[in-house]
Amino acid sequence: MATDASTGTGLVFDPMAQFMVKPLFGGDVVNWYTPTNVTLWMVIAVLGISAMLVMGTSRRAVIPTRSQSIGELAYGFVYKMVEDVTGKDGLKYFPYIMTLFMFVLFSNFLGLLPMAFTTTSHIAVTGVLAMAVFLAVTILGFVKNGPAFLGMFWVTSAPLALRPILALIEVISYFVRPVSHSIRLAGNMTAGHAVVKVFAAFAGLVALSPLAILGVVAMYGLEILVCFIQAYVFTILTCVYLKDALHPHH
Amino acid sequence: MEGDIAEMGKFIGAGISALGMGLAALGVGNVAGNFLAGALRNPSAAAGQTATLFIGIAFAEALGIFSFLVALLLMFAV
Repeated sequence: MATDASTGTGLVFDPMAQFMVKPLFGGDVVNWYTPTNVTLWMVIAVLGISAMLVMGTSRRAVIPTRSQSIGELAYGFVYKMVEDVTGKDGLKYFPYIMTLFMFVLFSNFLGLLPMAFTTTSHIAVTGVLAMAVFLAVTILGFVKNGPAFLGMFWVTSAPLALRPILALIEVISYFVRPVSHSIRLAGNMTAGHAVVKVFAAFAGLVALSPLAILGVVAMYGLEILVCFIQAYVFTILTCVYLKDALHPHH
Repeated sequence: MEGDIAEMGKFIGAGISALGMGLAALGVGNVAGNFLAGALRNPSAAAGQTATLFIGIAFAEALGIFSFLVALLLMFAV
């Protein structure tokens, strides 16, 4: 997505340079097996989740320690979300949704560290997550309901003359789901982190530097909020799609 | 005045696509404002609808993000 800074003429910095995929151990060629900064930060995210959830809850104290109560809070939060949106029969799929939520949340938050890489800012990463949800939900819908799953596109509450047009719109919106699902997350992460970088670059101009520092602090605070909300939205949309697969009739 | 017309069009197009940001702001503000108006009339029902609020905001915001994507594509990919 990012190119070299030489294409810009006005400002000397490049806010998109932070999203460059680079091999960890030198060289320029990226093959499928090359360890890059994307791999590094994904591994850090997985290790962080494991450390928080496994080590935090290993003692199972009656009076929880700080890490145990954070783990319990996260578990309860996602559990309640799945139960509220999908219903009791959606709880079978809770482990997958919990995994998605924790991975997206940790990737978003780790990207806020200085010099860090935001893995969820790449459509290649979020696209795979969204396609996995889309395929799983579609296959699940056909396995659970058989051909009746197609009834989701035939809106029986609408007048008969309108139904073919509505069916067309419903089919299109169904297939656009993985696109908007992935671009929403990647776009939010890219935009937010680039804005922080743009404000940081203004610090080079002496007259603007107090404004730049205030701007960075304010945008960073907003980004902490956005990182959480986007992980929440990604998860809750997964729950909504799952609900559509389990109960296809509106 | 250097560079060709296509280069100029790229920057103008990226600037125009920034208008989508303001329009997405209208949409998100509409969702949140109507939620607040409803929630103040019936506060007991508000807590159960926060998930719907966030889904509505996410859908409205996604289209603003698409305009950002158009600007990015114009700047870096075209």
